[in-house]
Amino acid sequence: MTSRKLELFVGFFVALAIAALLLLAMKVANTGVAGSDQSYQLLAKFENIGGLKVRSPVKVGGVVVGRVASIQLDPESFQPVVALDINSSYNNFPETSSLAILTSGLLGEQYIGLQPGFVDENVEILKNGDYIEDTKSAIVLEELIGQFLFNRGNQ
Amino acid sequence: MEFGLDKPLVDIQNLTFRRGDRVIYDDMSMQFQRGKVTAIMGPSGIGKTTLLRLIGGQLKPDSGQILFEGADIPKLSRQDLYQARKKMSMLFQSGALFTDMSVFDNVAFPIREHTRLPEAIIRTMVLMKLEAVGLRGARDLMPAELSGGMARRAALARAIALDPQLIMYDEPFAGQDPISMGVIVRLIRSLNDALGLTSIVVSHDVAEVMSIADYVYVVAERRVIGHGTPDQLRQHESPLVQQFLQGQADGPVPFHFKAADYATELMELSR
Amino acid sequence: MLKQIQQLGANTLGTLQGLGRATQMLFGALWGRPRPIKNWHLYMKQIYVVGVLSLLIILVSGLFIGMVLALQGYTVLAKFGAEQMLGPLVALSLLRELGPVVTALLFAGRAGSALTAEIGLMKATEQLSSMEMMAVDPLRRVIAPRFWAGVISMPLLALIFNAVGILGGHLVGVDWLGVDGGGYWSAMQANVDFQQDVVNGVIKSIVFAFIVTVIALHKGFDAVPTSEGISQATTQTVVTASLAVLGFDFVLTAVMFGG
Repeated sequence: MTSRKLELFVGFFVALAIAALLLLAMKVANTGVAGSDQSYQLLAKFENIGGLKVRSPVKVGGVVVGRVASIQLDPESFQPVVALDINSSYNNFPETSSLAILTSGLLGEQYIGLQPGFVDENVEILKNGDYIEDTKSAIVLEELIGQFLFNRGNQ
Repeated sequence: MEFGLDKPLVDIQNLTFRRGDRVIYDDMSMQFQRGKVTAIMGPSGIGKTTLLRLIGGQLKPDSGQILFEGADIPKLSRQDLYQARKKMSMLFQSGALFTDMSVFDNVAFPIREHTRLPEAIIRTMVLMKLEAVGLRGARDLMPAELSGGMARRAALARAIALDPQLIMYDEPFAGQDPISMGVIVRLIRSLNDALGLTSIVVSHDVAEVMSIADYVYVVAERRVIGHGTPDQLRQHESPLVQQFLQGQADGPVPFHFKAADYATELMELSR
Repeated sequence: MLKQIQQLGANTLGTLQGLGRATQMLFGALWGRPRPIKNWHLYMKQIYVVGVLSLLIILVSGLFIGMVLALQGYTVLAKFGAEQMLGPLVALSLLRELGPVVTALLFAGRAGSALTAEIGLMKATEQLSSMEMMAVDPLRRVIAPRFWAGVISMPLLALIFNAVGILGGHLVGVDWLGVDGGGYWSAMQANVDFQQDVVNGVIKSIVFAFIVTVIALHKGFDAVPTSEGISQATTQTVVTASLAVLGFDFVLTAVMFGG
């Protein structure tokens, strides 16, 4: 086999592999959010994080604006503290915004829904390291059933 | 400056080599004179190929010296050993051509590896070497397309590609038809004389060896049992040497492999 | 009973010895300054033999495995009304596990056994010995190019396997079974992370490539130079390499995705 033909085939092979990589990077994986690496951090305390995981998305009205960076337990209050990496292009959430742990679909994975609060002169904009005060914990199935039975019992 | 023109090119002193528990060579000494064809003969299985590998540095002896141009081969560093090997060549029994290249590329291989000569000069050299062995017209064939004899000749051309000082032949006559045999016999002698080589031929083909060797060593039972020019050897008094040279079926090397008493064994079977 | 234990001990020592010899071979082949410019053609040829010639089996296998994944996955997901998760199912299965592992197994069977047989045959016909006698290091000339060819080609093949598999899944899921086309890709994008899934898969296939190539080269280099010996060595390559890949897959999966 001549040198030219050999190089041609090997080049074709490598080109095919690069095309595969591009396909995987662009169409398959969500390189969008992973690409832009400018982010700032917000913190929040919850009663119960339910099935929330690190790297779970943070969504505003269904649009992904960030990801959960870490989940830790506050050593004094024993409350879960969640750190959120928010994309820097969304940098004017007021401190009256609220967070809720929601589930996508019936069996889907859990995510954090951010509801922007009202804005007036007294309200500050959240900066890196700020806490979001208004949080709703995840719905625990047993508590829900307990509530339901309690309500039924009251009727 | 050529190393001592009167000293032997290869000088083996008190060589002892064991493989596992078996002693292959026991305190053996041999000298190979420059410019001569020296043959090593002996019964099969005594390790003649091993001797060539020891000279080439592929194996290390348990004790003794193997001097090549005065340098002790087993003690050389890897670098020095490779330098020494550039001056030696070995022709393996099967030829050992590289099966993925043509005859031309096989012969050109050592030249391309060890020199930076331009392709035009390499081509001339290869053609000359192939002409010497009579295969210039077969240069574009692949090794798979060659007969056994032709493969061996091509390997010979490759072995002389860099004009070595020493060339070792491992059973070059084994299994050859009479014509190929004649070709190889002629080539070994003529190349040795034309190129000023020193040749070591390991073989057990008595007639062929005796016709071209300048000096012969007969090796058996872990040492040299006889040596000399072919004429001297024919008159050697050792019965083992005589049995070997004349090809007698029975003698010091017995016909029967060691076994129990014949009559007793037969009686056992019938019981 | 004692004999069995003795045998086990002997086998273990033999394996350790083999491991030592393999490491020696690898160091001999790779240590020191490389001379790739001079032997450029050798490396290219090996990448062709090992990589390009494996393309066919990889493409066909990838396509079929992707299609089967979609087919099987759809049946199960439909029970939960979760057909829209077909994309992530196919993609994650391939990227994290099937891509690297199946490619490695196919590679071991096709290219690995070919490498072992070739080197074993070169040893049996004394080509390696004659190379040594010509003062050319067979480790550098024969082993090294094949090593790099294997380590480079296999991850590339795994990437191609994954891509073709995902496309195959699309073919079956969207074109045949009626899953929403846009949904296939968007659900996938929402659930497949580049670093976590794609890159980890590539890391796996690089590790597997190293393992399979080294085993194939070592078994060939160490083979008993008879036809029986080569046949044994080739079989051992496929078996040992496959088991090693599966074993390391478990370890890597636990490390990467276990937490």
